Amino acid sequence: MNLFNVIDEIQQVDPEFKDRMSPRRDAIKNITSFGSKVAVAALPFAFSTLFKRAYGQTTSSVNDVLNFALTLEYLEAYFYNQGLAQANLIPAADKGYFTTVAGHENAHVAFLKSVLGSAAVASPTFDLTAKGTFSDVLTNYNTYLAVAETFEDTGVRAYKGQAGFLLGNQVVLTAALQIHAVEARHASAIRYLRASKGVNIKPWISGSATVSNDTGIAAVNASYAGENNTMQGGVDITTLNAVSGKTSFTAAIESFDEPLDKASVLAIVTPFIKA
Amino acid sequence: MKTLTQELQNEGMARRQFLRYAGTGAAVMAGVLTMASCSKDHAGTVVNDHVDLGSGDIAILNYAYALEQLEAAFYTQVAATPYSNQSAYEKALLTDIRDHEVAHREFFKAALAGNAIPGLTPDFSSINFSDRTSVLGAAKAFEDLGVSAYNGAGYLIKDVNYLALAGKIVSVEARHASLIRNLIAPGSFADSTVIDANGLDGAKSPQQVVPIANTYLTGKKILAPALGIF
Repeated sequence: MNLFNVIDEIQQVDPEFKDRMSPRRDAIKNITSFGSKVAVAALPFAFSTLFKRAYGQTTSSVNDVLNFALTLEYLEAYFYNQGLAQANLIPAADKGYFTTVAGHENAHVAFLKSVLGSAAVASPTFDLTAKGTFSDVLTNYNTYLAVAETFEDTGVRAYKGQAGFLLGNQVVLTAALQIHAVEARHASAIRYLRASKGVNIKPWISGSATVSNDTGIAAVNASYAGENNTMQGGVDITTLNAVSGKTSFTAAIESFDEPLDKASVLAIVTPFIKA
Repeated sequence: MKTLTQELQNEGMARRQFLRYAGTGAAVMAGVLTMASCSKDHAGTVVNDHVDLGSGDIAILNYAYALEQLEAAFYTQVAATPYSNQSAYEKALLTDIRDHEVAHREFFKAALAGNAIPGLTPDFSSINFSDRTSVLGAAKAFEDLGVSAYNGAGYLIKDVNYLALAGKIVSVEARHASLIRNLIAPGSFADSTVIDANGLDGAKSPQQVVPIANTYLTGKKILAPALGIF
């Protein structure tokens, strides 16, 4: 077993690992809680499974997380830049919304590239029709809005799914959370726009015991898989008190957004990637 | 403040530092093992009209619980006494938000159980609940503050499961913030007053947020010595 690799991997999921192990800083109580998780005699042996047990996830480096995010931001930026470039797609009254959103996605691309430096992945080329699934995406505003909504909701889930890999990392986790919240603001705004066109949709992701995708578009089911979860941290939200009676199933779904892991997100965006 | 690049470079430095100590690490651990679990949490203790949020993750969860108490109380009042000329659409949206905030409040109360701070008493005397501008202005302030509070406290969370839960809630708060802003001025959901040039939302430390939250409390105020808030 390669101890150095193991330490590397632990640090990637837990950037504070080094602090807990460092006798220099606030170490005693941290080492104590760390030590109580494993039998001391079995310590070297336990290293290889430590990070899996303690963190319940497979490893992903900070750069992997950032490059994954960058790839999604490339797609979003391209989508909005293309949309704004079409002469007759976005109505004049709604242009301001998309100018704002596009500005942020382009800023996210620039920001992540500056952070990654030479480690940044290059932009793929994209097919916004997703191999024909959304063939009129750049000519039919309703389709464009629907795809925008899915991109934003999926983006929120994607960032949320990566947060655990950045646990305790003041700079990178905070920045990722800051982007995550902006994507959620976008999602809410796009949903609000869709509602203004008569679509039965709320700014937050709703649903029921049997419906996790509230968009009315079956082609994007995968983006909403599991969104109708009502169990949070071992608490069934529908058992909690509401203003009157217990929390409704709808409120329980809407009040918590769900994460999505990297593999699921990549499966969703792959049809949009040409090369 | 360190830049991201500096932080990433420091990772390498710290790794080398760790490896120097790794050889003695096991011995150190054996020595301190018996000291495990001797710390005691003071969450919920009331001292001089202040309630202590506690320490560690409990403090962060109580911090979120305090903010959700404020938001839930605010929207409960908004729904109970609708402002003048409220449309059915706005009423439905504001009632939804109330239900979300109450669910958040009750969730933290249930999750914290015996470590939960007591119920706080809000003071909304600065808000005119019959006036749309006053109500939506306050809602915008609460939501933007809530988003930046979660963003700024995320890195302080030690337990990955608590971080995941905070993540699940903060995006819903951001959805609220966006909607409220669009109700006030269409298209202002993420304008340059809240989003910076890098496209980043706000992030405020507990030290920045607690004094603001305390202005909306009467009676017991909150403090958290463990978070540097006295």
